[in-house]
Amino acid sequence: MKESVLFERVILGSTEEAKDIILQLVNLSAYFCESRIVKNINLAIEKNKVTSIMGPSGCGKTTLIRCINRMHEMSPGGTTKGEILLYGKDINNMNAIEVRKKIGMVFQRPNPFPTMTIYENVIAGFILNGIRLPKNIMDEIVEDSLSKAALWDEVKHNLGKRGIYLSGGQQQRLCIARALAMKPDVLLLDEPTSALDPKATAKIEELIVQLKESVTILIVTHNIAQAARVSDNTAFLYLGELVEYEPTKKLFTIPRDKRTEEYLTGKYG
Amino acid sequence: MSDVLIKKRILKDHLAKLIILAISIIVVVPLVLILGYLIINGLASINLDFITNIPKPVGETGGGILNAILGSGIIILTALILFVPLGIGGGIYVSEFSDTLLSRILRLSIDVLQGTPSIVIGIFTWVICVVPMGRFSALSGSLALGVMVLPIVLKSTEETLKLIPMELREAATALGVPYYRVVLKVVVPAGLKGIASGVLLGTTRISGETAPLLFTAFGNPYMSFNILKPMSSLPLVIYVYATSPYDEWHKLAWGASLILILLVFGINMAARIFFSRRDGR
Ligand SMILES: Nc1ncnc2c1ncn2[C@@H]1O[C@H](COP(=O)(O)OP(=O)(O)OP(=O)(O)O)[C@@H](O)[C@H]1O
Ligand SMILES: [Mg+2]
Repeated sequence: MKESVLFERVILGSTEEAKDIILQLVNLSAYFCESRIVKNINLAIEKNKVTSIMGPSGCGKTTLIRCINRMHEMSPGGTTKGEILLYGKDINNMNAIEVRKKIGMVFQRPNPFPTMTIYENVIAGFILNGIRLPKNIMDEIVEDSLSKAALWDEVKHNLGKRGIYLSGGQQQRLCIARALAMKPDVLLLDEPTSALDPKATAKIEELIVQLKESVTILIVTHNIAQAARVSDNTAFLYLGELVEYEPTKKLFTIPRDKRTEEYLTGKYG
Repeated sequence: MSDVLIKKRILKDHLAKLIILAISIIVVVPLVLILGYLIINGLASINLDFITNIPKPVGETGGGILNAILGSGIIILTALILFVPLGIGGGIYVSEFSDTLLSRILRLSIDVLQGTPSIVIGIFTWVICVVPMGRFSALSGSLALGVMVLPIVLKSTEETLKLIPMELREAATALGVPYYRVVLKVVVPAGLKGIASGVLLGTTRISGETAPLLFTAFGNPYMSFNILKPMSSLPLVIYVYATSPYDEWHKLAWGASLILILLVFGINMAARIFFSRRDGR
């Protein structure tokens, strides 16, 4: 199995400049019962960068990132092999609850809690875990998270309204705020804009670029232009295999693999 | 398309609408008849005395059914307090762990229980509760009614929770919420309305049951608040009064029936208003 260049550089220590690696996938495979969906992936994610995972529909992007916060094991028949190192520690040896607090996730379709207000949705991670915080601290977290998610100005007078009454794009930003409120180290975004119109998409893309100062972002997308716009590094996945992993600029200008090139030129759709 | 064809379609459309209208009317007719008959016959016996007094001995006119109204309330409430938690808990278990052996057994027994005639449940309760206790009691009546309400609550809880979207659980799980908390704080609250309507359905269902109470709560012409003693209830007084030979008592039976219907109707309405208000927040 061929490993990506960046990975080799990092692991073998032959880098010109040392890369700050937060997350490392080592020989990661993911299964649904017997069928192997993600195949022996090696990938090193740089801290405070945006990494996009690109590939045709059904190639295993969602499955891959669901391994990273141990959601994959929740699916019926879902198992993994290999290691996922967060700061060098295998998350499979950590408590799943702890992992999910450090590695937040935003789903393809906005999913705010229907019984909760906007305010409650933002601090849902605390409410649902039974963590009681003083009112002023909660207020702070809510305002801070909503501001980071570029939603504060739109909802600050309606915090008591139910989250599901927002527009689709606002709901998705609410979900981002909800994830940010837990102060994760890594944020996984699974096609966060696929259900949104271009304007809402632009807003979220802008947001992603801003967010990387405080959090490492892994974004799944099958929108090539989006990967080019927001990400520093891009991984191209095909039929469960990692075909190519490069700095985005490089991958888009001189793809090494023929399959990458074909995907970029629209051969797989 | 030709004009004739279009006209034909419009005609068919009208015809279909007419048929549906006719069917709806046929469905509503029995309900209206029952209600109308009850109002005509029952209204005459209902007055303030009727709902604030207890029955008078045979031969005397007047008397009321306050003891039966309160008795019904106590018996039903006790049944709900004892069995609704069981039903909801069981429903959560069956929907969350639907493939376990226990779930299969539970589901089967609940189906059997739901199909059991209420008179059988009454006799069963008599055997396991009234006989050992040595006397009829409101509590045994509550047990019998509780056994009837259990399957309704359990099944509606299961059906409701199964419809809660997976995405909601995942949203909570991804925030680092432990499984049991996801179920209790996200899944159950999201299904609260369905669960509550199951409880309501069960309540209205058991509030008219007579057979399970005949050998359990038994009835009581006096006011009683002791659930370990026999107690009156609306269906029981309706049964006793309606089958008695006295005209005066027949009137009371009509009055009690109307009260029972009004109470059931009232509970339903109140719940509807409550839920629609909660939703519109
Ligand atoms: N719950 C499941 N059980 C069994 N197989 C599954 C399950 N979920 C996904 N798969 C299979 O795993 C493969 C990868 O699915 P995945 O959702 O990871 O693809 P994806 O790259 O995210 O696609 P898309 O771009 O359409 O979202 C698919 O072939 C799919 O059939
Ligand atoms: Mg996907």
